[in-house]
Amino acid sequence: MTTDNAPGTYDLEAGRERTQPVALTVNGVEHRLDIPGRRLLSDALRHDLGLTGTHVGCEHGVCGACTVLLDGQPVRSCLIFAATVQGREITTVEGIGDDPEHPSPVQQAFIDSHALQCGFCTPGFITTIEAFLAENPDPSREEAREAISGNLCRCTGYQNIVTAVCRAAELKRAAGRATAGCAGCPGSGTAAGEEQP
Amino acid sequence: MKPAPLTCHSPTTLDEAVRLLHDLGPEAKVIAGGQSLVPVLNMRLATPAHLVDITGLPGLDEIRVSAEAVEVGALVTHRRLEQDDAAHAALPLLRQALVNVAHPAIRNRGTTVGSLAHADPNGEMPMILALTGGSVTAASVRGERTITASELFVGPMETVLEPDEILVSARFGRFAEGTRTAFTELTRRSGDYALAGAALALQVSDGQLRTARMGFVSVTELPDALDLTELVAGRPASTSADIAEAVVERVTEHIAPESDIHATADYRRHLTGVLARRLLTELTADIPARGAA
Repeated sequence: MTTDNAPGTYDLEAGRERTQPVALTVNGVEHRLDIPGRRLLSDALRHDLGLTGTHVGCEHGVCGACTVLLDGQPVRSCLIFAATVQGREITTVEGIGDDPEHPSPVQQAFIDSHALQCGFCTPGFITTIEAFLAENPDPSREEAREAISGNLCRCTGYQNIVTAVCRAAELKRAAGRATAGCAGCPGSGTAAGEEQP
Repeated sequence: MKPAPLTCHSPTTLDEAVRLLHDLGPEAKVIAGGQSLVPVLNMRLATPAHLVDITGLPGLDEIRVSAEAVEVGALVTHRRLEQDDAAHAALPLLRQALVNVAHPAIRNRGTTVGSLAHADPNGEMPMILALTGGSVTAASVRGERTITASELFVGPMETVLEPDEILVSARFGRFAEGTRTAFTELTRRSGDYALAGAALALQVSDGQLRTARMGFVSVTELPDALDLTELVAGRPASTSADIAEAVVERVTEHIAPESDIHATADYRRHLTGVLARRLLTELTADIPARGAA
């Protein structure tokens, strides 16, 4: 036995690692899992729930590929144990857009701007940018650059990703105008200052 | 790159948490945000058999501002403290430093008090605790105790905390009236560990410098603060360029940087001198030669 085999974490009679019940809410659906205590959120999403949109790159918090939203805020799913986020709302890239026919505004902006090549890093960018635009709906290129500074991409050189952030902001604003109308926005379906129903 | 097998415990009261830590012994580690601990576990640099997750404990998520200090509960994330306007108004140095802690995605999960328990001299917040003359409160089955920053840190990533103690809060001291603060650091990549970093708290009144304290990131063995008051006390702010020579000399004597793959010790020492000079210039640039500051 090495220190890797901590006493009590293996069920010697059953010949397997002990598990514990964990309830996770992912993309609005509650899942009840029976998983080892050491299961990272990234692995729980991929292995146990089959949500392979979340990619695992460095597994120590540097690359950003595994970024998901925890209560709407971007976090590294490789630096979180699944058992420690029970009862929290987790959103993966599938929860942002899972239909190739109807990509989300951020996904459409990546297509429009040629903001991906191999695509490995893209889910981490999509989740990060989704949360960023919720806080800052009209960013400058400089702010966009800062917003994605925690995500690594080895293909694009980032310029087109910065463009995609700004393009996504445009698409989101346009979508907001088209569907709900927006008091105070020029071109909105509702006159400025009018009460929203 | 997966952690070794472990059992994750999720207590719901502080009493239950400290009892678990006591009963499980040194094989158990406390986890809050885990943004420093989980990489260590993923790389198997540590293989604890048990984790005691304190994120479900009540009452540890508050930020309290008093006349003397900003008190931060163990579950307050870097991001929440960074965005707290009352904390910023009381002690601007907190936000000045926090925006340099890793990336927003790390700050969204990592806790400020957790980074103090991690006690990395490459981290920003242990130094800020030292610079503000702060303290922490630790809980165990034996009760609570308060530990000052100067007692807490005893080595790189080493504190006086017992294995069964939980840091429940930290108290960052507020500066005297007329104190200006600034933080700066140099990194190879945005959000990465600093090659060198420094913060300055400079008290000014009537155009004269009164007190000065400086803290450092990545160039000292322990997070600590250097008192520079004797070099600046009574000097007019307009002479800060002359004072800077002496400050840089004192700073480069004080620090003890090490060489690694990213930079040599000499380079880090040079950078720290440059940062010290920049901080002094930044905090005195707008002070008129005479008159109220």
